[in-house]
Amino acid sequence: MTAVPFDMRPSFTPDLSDPGFGIYVHWPFCAAKCPYCDFNSHVRHQPVDQPRFVQAFLKEMATMRRLTGSRTVTSIFMGGGTPSLMAPETVDAILNGIARHWHVPDGIEITMEANPSSVEAERFRGYRAAGVNRVSLGVQALNDRDLKFLGRLHDVADALKAIRLARDIFPRMSFDLIYARPNQTVEDWDRELKEAVSYAVDHLSLYQLTIEEGTPFYGLHKAGKLIVPDGEQSAVLYEATQEITEREGMPAYEVSNHARPGSESRHNLTYWRYGDYVGIGPGAHGRLTTGGAKIATATERKPEGWLSLVEAEGHGMVDQELLEREAQADELLLMGLRLKEGIDLVRWQALSGREPDPAREQFLIEHGFIERLGNSRLRCTPAGMLILDAVVADLAC
Amino acid sequence: MARMSTNSSTPLDHIRNFSIVAHIDHGKSTLADRLIQSTGGLAEREMSEQVLDSMDIERERGITIKAQTVRLHYKANDGETYVLNLIDTPGHVDFAYEVSRSLSACEGSLLVVDASQGVEAQTLANVYQAIDNNHELVTVLNKIDLPAAEPDRIKEQIEEVIGIDASEAVLISAKTGLGIPDVLEAIVQRLPAPKSEGGEKAPLKALLVDSWYDTYLGVMVLVRVIEGRISKGQTIRMMGTDAKYTIERVGVLTPKMVAMDSLGPGEIGFITASIKEVADTRVGDTITEDKRPTAQALPGFKPAQPVVFCGLFPVDAADFEDLRSAMGKLRLNDASFSFEMESSAALGFGFRCGFLGLLHLEIIQERLEREFDLDLIATAPSVVYQLYMTDGTMRELHNPADMPDVVKISEIHEPWIRATILTPDDYLGGILKLCQDRRGIQIELTYVGTRAMLTYDLPLNEVVFDFYDRLKSISKGYASFDYQITDHKEGHLVKMSILVNGEPVDALSMMVHRMAAEKRGRDMCEKLKELIPKHMFKIPIQAAIGGNVIARETISALRKDVTAKCYGGDATRKRKLLDKQKAGKKRMRQFGKVEIPQEAFIAALKMGDE
Repeated sequence: MTAVPFDMRPSFTPDLSDPGFGIYVHWPFCAAKCPYCDFNSHVRHQPVDQPRFVQAFLKEMATMRRLTGSRTVTSIFMGGGTPSLMAPETVDAILNGIARHWHVPDGIEITMEANPSSVEAERFRGYRAAGVNRVSLGVQALNDRDLKFLGRLHDVADALKAIRLARDIFPRMSFDLIYARPNQTVEDWDRELKEAVSYAVDHLSLYQLTIEEGTPFYGLHKAGKLIVPDGEQSAVLYEATQEITEREGMPAYEVSNHARPGSESRHNLTYWRYGDYVGIGPGAHGRLTTGGAKIATATERKPEGWLSLVEAEGHGMVDQELLEREAQADELLLMGLRLKEGIDLVRWQALSGREPDPAREQFLIEHGFIERLGNSRLRCTPAGMLILDAVVADLAC
Repeated sequence: MARMSTNSSTPLDHIRNFSIVAHIDHGKSTLADRLIQSTGGLAEREMSEQVLDSMDIERERGITIKAQTVRLHYKANDGETYVLNLIDTPGHVDFAYEVSRSLSACEGSLLVVDASQGVEAQTLANVYQAIDNNHELVTVLNKIDLPAAEPDRIKEQIEEVIGIDASEAVLISAKTGLGIPDVLEAIVQRLPAPKSEGGEKAPLKALLVDSWYDTYLGVMVLVRVIEGRISKGQTIRMMGTDAKYTIERVGVLTPKMVAMDSLGPGEIGFITASIKEVADTRVGDTITEDKRPTAQALPGFKPAQPVVFCGLFPVDAADFEDLRSAMGKLRLNDASFSFEMESSAALGFGFRCGFLGLLHLEIIQERLEREFDLDLIATAPSVVYQLYMTDGTMRELHNPADMPDVVKISEIHEPWIRATILTPDDYLGGILKLCQDRRGIQIELTYVGTRAMLTYDLPLNEVVFDFYDRLKSISKGYASFDYQITDHKEGHLVKMSILVNGEPVDALSMMVHRMAAEKRGRDMCEKLKELIPKHMFKIPIQAAIGGNVIARETISALRKDVTAKCYGGDATRKRKLLDKQKAGKKRMRQFGKVEIPQEAFIAALKMGDE
């Protein structure tokens, strides 16, 4: 693919009628596993054979292309793992592959995740030259003690260096922070978040620490050795987050994602607006409309297993589930209500074949958890967003 | 079925009919096994632990629920062979009626006492029943092989507490087999042979001791012949029910079934006669020959009355019919358990069931769950109240939900029991307090060595609510307890309702004494606060008497419940989680706006954890 012109900042138009079509590529390797992370990431002590992976990615793309038919891509996202462990040539080959299989207009959002510890100016420039125009940095905290607790390989100085570099090289940049850490007070977080906002360009992802099953944190938490803020404290932290980011001009457009208006992540919006997306690479998930049906795809999680599958069969998919309309309605609801803009009820009704239960809806409205916008949109209020999972369960029944 | 060649009945003086009375765990069943083994009733390979306790629950809990019988052939030291009929009896208070009818079929009893633990409450209750039945007693001290055994002290204690001569007590270890020949010899020498006034020639007069349902043979009836003979092909008449049957089989249990042609005076055995249901037989009835009936029926027994009631509901409403048929099957074998349909807003359709006591309740529930693979919810157990109405009538209340308007009631009477508690001295203080807290009235407090024997009158309603568990925990399991229902007395009783978010939850309402209401209400509200998950709004939980709130707790509103990260790869997982939540909601019961998981009901209704 031809490189996106340097100076051309991708434009974002919140076109609610078009959820878009995204391509996700998963790079499954990390330099070290973080104790809170349950993503599909693997640590390898031998160098990874990147050209071999490139060949497999290209092969899997060809299969996916047959499923989706010809379509226009609205965003590309390289996640992981740690995609910034890829050589720029690898990234270039992947992006060129995508452009060969689908229609990729100039200027679409192309994001890559990067870790501050694996940043080198040279590589960043290489990614940029390959076409990456947005980078998402896993900063996670702005104090060394908490970075250590989170098992990160970088310190604050590394993070600031990476942020500066990313700002210089990429038109758009986001970074992640994890909050609601053990013993974190609202005052601590208030200070840290304000500092973070001052480094931000147009986007921030602010996640509350979640104890996921199967992680080292899970064991510690179960044994009572890791105490995370309780419901009340985490609610207070969440509310403080909303208040600060709003004041600073980066309001939440999704549960944990904040952007200057117009700078929302186009790619992630596709997930939440329940559009189609192709998932390529080990453990990648996709939602594809093919022959009038919507299917959920999932590939083999183990990198080497995925590799041999693709080499033998042309793809690494281990699961292709035909989604019934009710299942699609559920997914639309649980993804869509995460967005401040809410969901299109007409679309939900078309899938579920029913109206929301009037008594439940009335109850949720009366308690100030949801609201109607016009006659076809439904969204969560800020109070509803705090208990979204309960609201979704209520509406889905 | 094996067949015995002998047709001529055993002479009376070569028969001994006996029971074993003992407290739980004092080794009754092990002794029975040893007696069977050493007289050759079963080959070594056929012996499973505790042969006579045939139900799984009986073996697991070490208790006997159904009386069992076995016929032993014993060659005594005098060179003669005797027929020994052992009727094993349940040890637990709930099954006292089984004990009494088994005892009435025998002339003597072995009183088995643990040589280190000594006399316990159930020993007392059962031994007095044996004495009431004019039994001769042979005292057997078991577990003599244990280092803690103190036979001399226990003999003294038996003489002091029970008032019988224990000097000739037989010392045994049922576990090792030590002393078993002495027990057999004592049975022959010291227990009386049965008497039969009319003898073999008289018209048939037999006692219906028990009946049960056998999958292959149908209803089996255990009989004790008093006079005359009972034979295959004979047409018999049940004098109480006036029903006529033709006998198909006559036999004895060794404990294997062995067919006989007939049974004569003093003998114990079974008959089958195409009887459809156990309920068609009345325990204690007199069986006679239809064409040559006996002049005088036996005195008979009072039928066992359920004293504790509770609702049993299927967790899954779809299991209702299965539950109905399972209860019908259990009742085939246990006529003392009653049930009728009930419906509850909280729990759907189920049955109001009557039991002989708490253990009986637990056993039936466990058998339904285990043998019929049902998941059940049991509501709080309730006793039978007598409501004296202002119009002069009296009605019984089995279910707090049926409580009529209080203005129409002039008095409520509740059943009282007389309880006997034996406890090591150390726990006396705690037990006295427990009895006082449960409205007990002390009747007597005496000492036997370092053990206290307490007699208390207590309202049964205080006992069905976790009394036994509390007693066990206070005394670290050392106290023993037994009771008898004595009478009904007026009590200041009220119906306590539980309201969740202002809606009464019928399954949780209960009858309580006014003085205990506050505490019980507080306990229940606290428990529910733990058990009901947070909702999107705050939920008041109240305990109320009529319109008066006596206890209150509040479940705070759900503050935060949102997944932090949810991207393209998470949609499937989240959807599956949502499917689970939807399924979970189906198992919830809706009270107004509040959803209460069934698990919360089960836990809230669970007796005994305070």
